[in-house]
Amino acid sequence: MFDLLTKHLIAPNVWRYSIRAPEIAVKRQAGHFVILRPAANSERIPLTIVASDPAAGTLDIIFQVVGATTRELAALPEGGAIHDIAGPLGHPTHIEKFGTAVMVGGGVGIAPLLPIAQAFKQKGNRVITILGGRSQDFLILENDLKPVSDELFIATDDGSRGQKGLVTDVLKTIISKEKIDIIVAIGPVVMMKAVAELTRPQGIKTMVSLNPLMIDGTGMCGVCRCKVAGKTKFACVDGPEFDGHQVDFDSLKRRLSMFKDEEKKRMEAGN
Amino acid sequence: MSPINLNRAHMPEQEPNIRAHNFAEVNTGLTPELAKQEAARCLFCKKPTCIEGCPVHINIPHFIQAILEDHPDEAVRRIRVDNSLPAICGRVCPQETQCEEKCVLAKKGAPIAIGALERFVGDHAIRACILPDMSNVRANGRKIAIIGSGPSGLTCAGELIKFGYAVTVFEALHELGGVLSYGIPEFRLPKEMIVKCEIDTLKNMGVQFVPNAVIGKIHTIPELQDMGYDAIYIATGAGYPTFMNIPGEDLNYVYSANEFLTRVNLMQAFKGDQSATPIYIGKRVAVIGGGNTALDSARSALRLGAEKVYIVYRRSEAEMPGRAEEIKHAKEEGIDFQLLTLPLEYLSHPNGSVRAMRCIRMELAEPDASGRRKPVPIAGSEFEFQIDSAVVAIGTQANPIIAATTPGLETNKWGYITANESGETNLKNVFAGGDIVSGSATVILAMGAGRTAAGQIHESLNSAK
Repeated sequence: MFDLLTKHLIAPNVWRYSIRAPEIAVKRQAGHFVILRPAANSERIPLTIVASDPAAGTLDIIFQVVGATTRELAALPEGGAIHDIAGPLGHPTHIEKFGTAVMVGGGVGIAPLLPIAQAFKQKGNRVITILGGRSQDFLILENDLKPVSDELFIATDDGSRGQKGLVTDVLKTIISKEKIDIIVAIGPVVMMKAVAELTRPQGIKTMVSLNPLMIDGTGMCGVCRCKVAGKTKFACVDGPEFDGHQVDFDSLKRRLSMFKDEEKKRMEAGN
Repeated sequence: MSPINLNRAHMPEQEPNIRAHNFAEVNTGLTPELAKQEAARCLFCKKPTCIEGCPVHINIPHFIQAILEDHPDEAVRRIRVDNSLPAICGRVCPQETQCEEKCVLAKKGAPIAIGALERFVGDHAIRACILPDMSNVRANGRKIAIIGSGPSGLTCAGELIKFGYAVTVFEALHELGGVLSYGIPEFRLPKEMIVKCEIDTLKNMGVQFVPNAVIGKIHTIPELQDMGYDAIYIATGAGYPTFMNIPGEDLNYVYSANEFLTRVNLMQAFKGDQSATPIYIGKRVAVIGGGNTALDSARSALRLGAEKVYIVYRRSEAEMPGRAEEIKHAKEEGIDFQLLTLPLEYLSHPNGSVRAMRCIRMELAEPDASGRRKPVPIAGSEFEFQIDSAVVAIGTQANPIIAATTPGLETNKWGYITANESGETNLKNVFAGGDIVSGSATVILAMGAGRTAAGQIHESLNSAK
C-alpha cells in the first residue's frame, strides 16, 4: 500500500497526487512512468510521473479523469492509500546537450514534459517551451516550466490565454526563425502526429512519448505494441519515447479506442 | 503376488457441454476410495523407473505406499521432501511423457495415475492445512533474493528456506505466482483454492514476498548484492510475447495470448462485469498456435461465451506441442481445429477492429531442424474466414529488462540468460533457471531448475566459506 499524502485539483478533472513511495522516488528519472491500481480489484493503469523527492520519499503524479479507473483513483481521500504501484518503468529520456531544445506539451502531456524540460535545461540546453490546451483553465504547470524555459509560448483553442490556435502554429514560427536541434512533444496523439509531420521535412529530431493501453508494463502482455519504423515495439520496455518520424500514429490512435465501448459501460454502471 | 490390475482410475470430470460454459475446474479430483484403489495397483518396483521420469525425482512409490496405508498426512510429508508444490504439479505436469510414461505398467497401456495421486496428496495438504515441519531449521544468517514468483522461483524459495536462509522473492506483478496466476486458466488451476494456498504454505515457512517489484528497474542485480543478498536466483520466465509480423496484427481485438490470458486470469475478466478490466471477444474467435497456451486460450474464449472458437495451427495434430489430455478436452468441448493452416493476414472493419483472417492450407514435407515434418504452403489454397477476435499463441521470448540492466551478465543470441546445468551464470553468486534460461518449457522443468539451483546455491555459499 502507498499512502496518498496530498491531492490537488489543478485543472478541470486533472489531479496532482503526492504519494509516499520512497524506493520509486529514489530511482525515478525523467521519462519514467508507473503502473498503479487504486484498490485491490482495480484495473492496472499506466500514469506519468511529474516529480519526485528522494529525500522526502515522495512521488508526484498527474492524471486526468477519463475512465472508470481514473475516477476511482480521483475518489481516494487524502490520507488514503493506493493499493499497488510498480515502477519506475520504461526507459528514461536520453538527455544530452543538443543546443536548442523545444518542449511541446499538450493537455496532461505537460506533466511528463516538465521533468524532461528540467533535465534538458540542467544539461545546458537552451529550452523553448510551447504549452497547449483547450482554454486557460486546462493549462497546467506553467509556473513550474517558466524557470527552466528560456522562452515560453502558450496556445489555446479558444484564445483565452496566449495565442489562439494550435501548438504547431507556434512551433512553425519558431522553426522558421532559428535552428532547432531537438524537439520533445508529449500530448494527445493528434498533436504529436502534427508536430512530427511539421518537423519531418526539415529533418529536426523529434521525440514523442507514447501513451498506449498497458496492463503489466513490463513487456509481458504486448497490448502496448506500436508500429515504429514498420516494426512492432512495446512502448513499456522499448519506449515510451520514440522517434516521432518513425511512429505509426494512426495505429496508436486506433488501438487507444479498443475498449471505448466497454469503458463507457463501466462509467455508466458506476453512476 | 496379486495379479496385475490394469484398471486405471479415471479422475472424474465435468461433462463437456457443462464445463464449456463455466470456469470451474474440469477435473474434479480422485475420491479417497479411488485414490486408494489406484495406489493398490502400484507394483512398488525394486528399481522404480517412474522416479527417473520425474524432473524433480519425487520418490513416487514412497508416497503411494502411504496412500495405500491410509496415511494421507504421511504421504504429504513424503512428497514434500522433493516437491513443495504438489497440488500444482498434480494438475499441470505432463505426466504422460514423464513419470507415467516410465511406469512399467505403461507398456500394458495402464500406467499408475501418478499425477492424479499427486494431486490427491497436494489437495489433502491444503484441505487439512498440513504445514511443513520447520522445527529443525536454524537460520544461517544469509540472505537470498529470488526474482520472479513463478514455479521456478517458488520451488527454489521452498528449498532454500529449509536450509535456513532468509529468502525474499521479488515479483513484478501485484499478484504472486507468475504464469500460475496470469497464464494458466482457472479451469485447469484454481487460483484461490490452490495457487494461493501453496504460496501461503511458503509464507508460513518464512519466505518473504515483495510484489510490484520490477527488478532491473526498482533495484538492479548489483544493487541487490549491495543490499546484502548473498546469492540471487533469476527466474523471470519467458513472458515476452512473439507475433508473426503479418499484416493487420495491430488491429483491435488481435491479442497476444499473454494479454488475453492476463486479462482473463490475473485481472479476472472471467468474472464478467464484476471485473474492472475489460475483454472483448465477440462471437467468433481464432487462436493461433498448437501448444498448451493456445488450448488454454481457446477453451477460455469458449467459456467467455464465444459461439465458435478455432485453433489455427500450421502443422498437423501429431506435431501439436499441447498435452494430449488438453487436446482431447478441447475437442470434447467443441473447439474447431483448423490444422495445416497458416495465417497470412488479418482483415479490418472500417473502425480498425479485426473482421476476418486470410489463411493458406499447408502440407507436410520432410522433417525440419526440430525433427518435425516441415509444413509447406499449398499453392492457390488461400481462404478467408470471419472472426471477431484473435489470440496469437505462437510462443514467447526472453524479457529484456534484467539482461539490459545487469552489466556483464551473459546471454545467448536470443536474449536468454546463459547458465550451466546447476544454474550458475557467469557472475559470481548469480544463478538463473526456468524459462529465462531454457526458453518456454513446462512448469515442472522450471521447478526442477529451481530445485537444482537451490542445491547449487547452498553448495556454493558453503564452499566459499
